[in-house]
Amino acid sequence: MAAVDYVEATRLYPGTPKPAVDKLNLSVADGELLVLVGPSGSGKSTALRMLAGLEPLDAGRILIGGDDVSSVRPRERDIAMVFQSYALYPNLDVAQNMGFALKQQGVSKEERGKRVRDVAKILDLEPYLDRKPRNLSGGQRQRVAMGRAIVRQPRVYLMDEPLSNLDAKLRVQTRAELVELQKRLAVTTVYVTHDQVEAMTMGHRVAVLRDGELQQVEAPSTLYHEPANQFVAGFIGSPAMNMLPVAVDRSIKIAGAEIRIGAAVVGEAATVGFRPETVVIGDDGPFPARIRLVEDLGSEVFVHLIIDHEGEERRIVAKVDPPFAGKTDENVRFMLRGKVHLFDAAEARRATVTL
Amino acid sequence: MTDAERRGTKLGIGERRSVVIGVGVLAWLVGLLWIFPVAWTVLTSFKTEDDAAAQTLHHGLSFGRYSDIGHSTQGTLSLQSAFTNSLVVVLVSTTIVMLLALPAAYALAIRPIHKWRDVLFFFISTKFLPIVASIFPIYVYAEKWNLIGTRTVLIILYIAINLPLAIWMLRSFFKEIPRELIEAAEIDGTNLYNQLRTVILPIAAPGIAATALLCVIFAWNEYFYALQLNFASASTMPQWVTSNVSTRGNFLAKLSAASVIACLPVVIAGWATQKRMIRGLSMGALK
Repeated sequence: MAAVDYVEATRLYPGTPKPAVDKLNLSVADGELLVLVGPSGSGKSTALRMLAGLEPLDAGRILIGGDDVSSVRPRERDIAMVFQSYALYPNLDVAQNMGFALKQQGVSKEERGKRVRDVAKILDLEPYLDRKPRNLSGGQRQRVAMGRAIVRQPRVYLMDEPLSNLDAKLRVQTRAELVELQKRLAVTTVYVTHDQVEAMTMGHRVAVLRDGELQQVEAPSTLYHEPANQFVAGFIGSPAMNMLPVAVDRSIKIAGAEIRIGAAVVGEAATVGFRPETVVIGDDGPFPARIRLVEDLGSEVFVHLIIDHEGEERRIVAKVDPPFAGKTDENVRFMLRGKVHLFDAAEARRATVTL
Repeated sequence: MTDAERRGTKLGIGERRSVVIGVGVLAWLVGLLWIFPVAWTVLTSFKTEDDAAAQTLHHGLSFGRYSDIGHSTQGTLSLQSAFTNSLVVVLVSTTIVMLLALPAAYALAIRPIHKWRDVLFFFISTKFLPIVASIFPIYVYAEKWNLIGTRTVLIILYIAINLPLAIWMLRSFFKEIPRELIEAAEIDGTNLYNQLRTVILPIAAPGIAATALLCVIFAWNEYFYALQLNFASASTMPQWVTSNVSTRGNFLAKLSAASVIACLPVVIAGWATQKRMIRGLSMGALK
């Protein structure tokens, strides 16, 4: 077990103008589950592969347990990785797959067998130990890939979208199991995903990347309620935060109605952001809107609204509690109750007011 | 569509029965056309020379030609020595080709060097030259180094002929191995040797088998160099087949029997590795 530190870590793919990972500074505490999240091309997988030793560093350092491993081979880093495609050895059975790394380390056959069986028990893989990967279901393969990592008892687990090949139901279930398992094993884990729900539900802390640059590292709820910038605000949360361009002059106007927001950003073009749950539909609201679409999920209802904002039609989403009686093309009114964020022209969050 | 039509072979979307039947008949015709010369040769090999010359079966089937070709006159190439020569040349050249091609293909597929395209092109460019154009310089050197009439010269040439092809084939098979598997093996602590032995070679085994078989076939069937660089008395199977052409009397049945004998080892090898071979050749066709 060990902490992980990225220090100004940079990776520039040959022939590309911009680093895939640009001066990344990030510390993962011992035993922490840190999620790297971002859209495709954000550098999250590259950052993980740099930690694994599969990508060289063009600048900066990576430390595992305080040791600089920047130029250490993958096999000498004492890490275990779970790949998106699982990367199980097709010619080996489940037990051999799980014991493969131990065999390479020269662990005796008895010891190997014992450790494989112990982990197989945790993962419900005991009946399948002599099967080849091709004779397993997707969920079982995923567990074998997890098992292969766990058996090793490494200093760090690296997980590259390990759940993305599972169907939705199994993914949710496995997600919870994985969180429990990580807590029990207390091994430092770096987990890459593009799925912000996975990031929010699994991470002790979540690091948001964009174009190779770290945007923010915080606990999920902080990320959600106090996003550092417009990108994080828009990326975290589903449906996404509503964003409207505004001219700031001591107060801002949304759909013709005014909000006092103080003098954080004066005389600049800016963007105001508020989450769907702050949009409260009711007859006494100050803002007029028209219903575009109602998505009733049973437990919650997403109402897509069209508002007339500074002469333009804008779309926003409201999250309301069921039952909701409104229909498409009906005119309604809404108010904002909760946090409204103000982002400046450089997309940084400059002010937040609670209405 | 009538009920009778529905009961027949399942038709794919947009297929018409008449077209399907037409294509089937055409395929059979082409297939028969293809197999006819082979079948004719096999049949001829069981005739007497008189029947073979007359294209009849007057004397019924006879196995005499197979014992005829086993006996050779003094000073000519015997079946036994031709077979031994072929076997040695084919096995040694193929083994060396595979030993050289495997690491080369690994390097080109999995850890490509700078300008790997040029390297690949260079390999295939050695195939551009007509073999006939190369024989004169090769002959001169072979004579200078006392290699005329030896197995060694054929082994060297067959290595040179098959190596580019083997590297190209193996490279494409290695390319099919998911990169993540190799990375997983790397993280799991394998060194290069273990990585090759436990991960790459087992997965690429069908492709390796297919490549080796092709090398065997090419080397076994090679005629031109064997003819030019060997005395008739010390050559390989294709040479021996032609040695059954005689200037006196009929030889068609004997020649057919010799052809069948010469084909058999390759056919058997192909048959034995058929399953792997097809998987190897079609590896990468589907993902």
